[in-house]
Amino acid sequence: MPAEPDQDSIVGHDHDHDGHDHDHGSTLSPIEARVRALESLLIEKGYVQPAALDALIERYEHQVGPHNGARVVARAWVDPSFRARLLADGTPAIAELGIGGRGGEHMVVVENTPETHNLVVCTLCSCYPWPVLGLPPVWYKAPAYRARAVLDPRGVLADFGLRLPDTTRITVWDSTAETRFMVLPMRPAGTDGLDEAALAALVTRDSMIGTGLPLSPGDAA
Amino acid sequence: MNGAQDLGGAHGFGPVEAEANEPVFHAEWERRVFALAMAMGFTKTWTLDASRAARESLPPVEYLSSSYYEIWLRALETQLAEHGLASPEEMRSGTSRVPPGPVARVLQGDEVAPLFDRGFPSDRPPAAPARFAVGDRIIARNRHPLGHTRLPRFVRGRPGIIERVHGAFVFPEAAAEGRDAPPQWLYTAAFAAEDLWGESADPGGRVTIAAFESYLEPSR
Repeated sequence: MPAEPDQDSIVGHDHDHDGHDHDHGSTLSPIEARVRALESLLIEKGYVQPAALDALIERYEHQVGPHNGARVVARAWVDPSFRARLLADGTPAIAELGIGGRGGEHMVVVENTPETHNLVVCTLCSCYPWPVLGLPPVWYKAPAYRARAVLDPRGVLADFGLRLPDTTRITVWDSTAETRFMVLPMRPAGTDGLDEAALAALVTRDSMIGTGLPLSPGDAA
Repeated sequence: MNGAQDLGGAHGFGPVEAEANEPVFHAEWERRVFALAMAMGFTKTWTLDASRAARESLPPVEYLSSSYYEIWLRALETQLAEHGLASPEEMRSGTSRVPPGPVARVLQGDEVAPLFDRGFPSDRPPAAPARFAVGDRIIARNRHPLGHTRLPRFVRGRPGIIERVHGAFVFPEAAAEGRDAPPQWLYTAAFAAEDLWGESADPGGRVTIAAFESYLEPSR
């Protein structure tokens, strides 16, 4: 790519997250060079604003994530009326905690019980409840999970080291529209004395997708 | 379309491999592609459904051999060219050769938090009463459109039951093509795993999809 004098300023904000230097054009991989050229062009054309790009990255890399969903789950564990509202209509209940927005406009929260375990997938692309879980991990977007979650959910759970009793039936939620799904996992045993913040620390991302269970109090220390 | 994106039930992809302590992005270029795609989506030049259609229109071999953000990048480049906002030559060089095309709006830095906190709801006032109610028995239509669809292959022609009624929503098949169409009622349709997978089903299991009304017909 040509050495544009202003390119470093275009991508120059975020280097410290990578631990290596992108400033030398000669070290750019083909895809890095391609993306840098595209960004440079779209800014020059006036279609995108650098400050908006940086704000989007900051938001989804550092602000929005599964800590949000963990707060929702912990609240549901301690507050039965909130839990009822959450299961009846997810979006407004989640908004009570100041959580919501893009990718979570139409939230559906499904509850695990001893009889039913829920598992969320998007077989067609990568639909995921962004406001509560952040951006999805690579495995959620990759073919192995998308292919197998609907056909062999118990096998997928085994890949995550999760073995459910044979008496627990599995419901798989394929996110084929803008309704987005979050699992409300069962509250772990031995957590009676814990406050909401301590409970939230037990709630893992995977437990809200259905590929895991919450931690036990001993695990989270 | 019956493309490589419609993965439900496919064999041969191996075990699910989760990365411990996975970062949100794995390279700087992934951050930039994510932000560029989101910001360009905000220009209203195309819909979210059109972006999904562009991604799944990659040739199957390329779709399956590309990383997630490579797919996003290729689709973004295709959409920019198709809408006349940037030529392939300009994208290669990184330098504008012709004046920019029109865009409806440009996302500003201080708009990101308020707009993305609010989100972009896709429910709409219904154009007609709902055809189905909770508990109705349905069959997912057996259809194979060439364009974008949100009806996965693994449920087509299979019997199920209406479990929830979500309201009326933008219909992705029309939105992907920039066509106006009435909003459609959206349902949770639940299928017994055995009706989908026969003897390979997880015993007692169920699979649900979010099904637009035109994807369903009453079961007789």
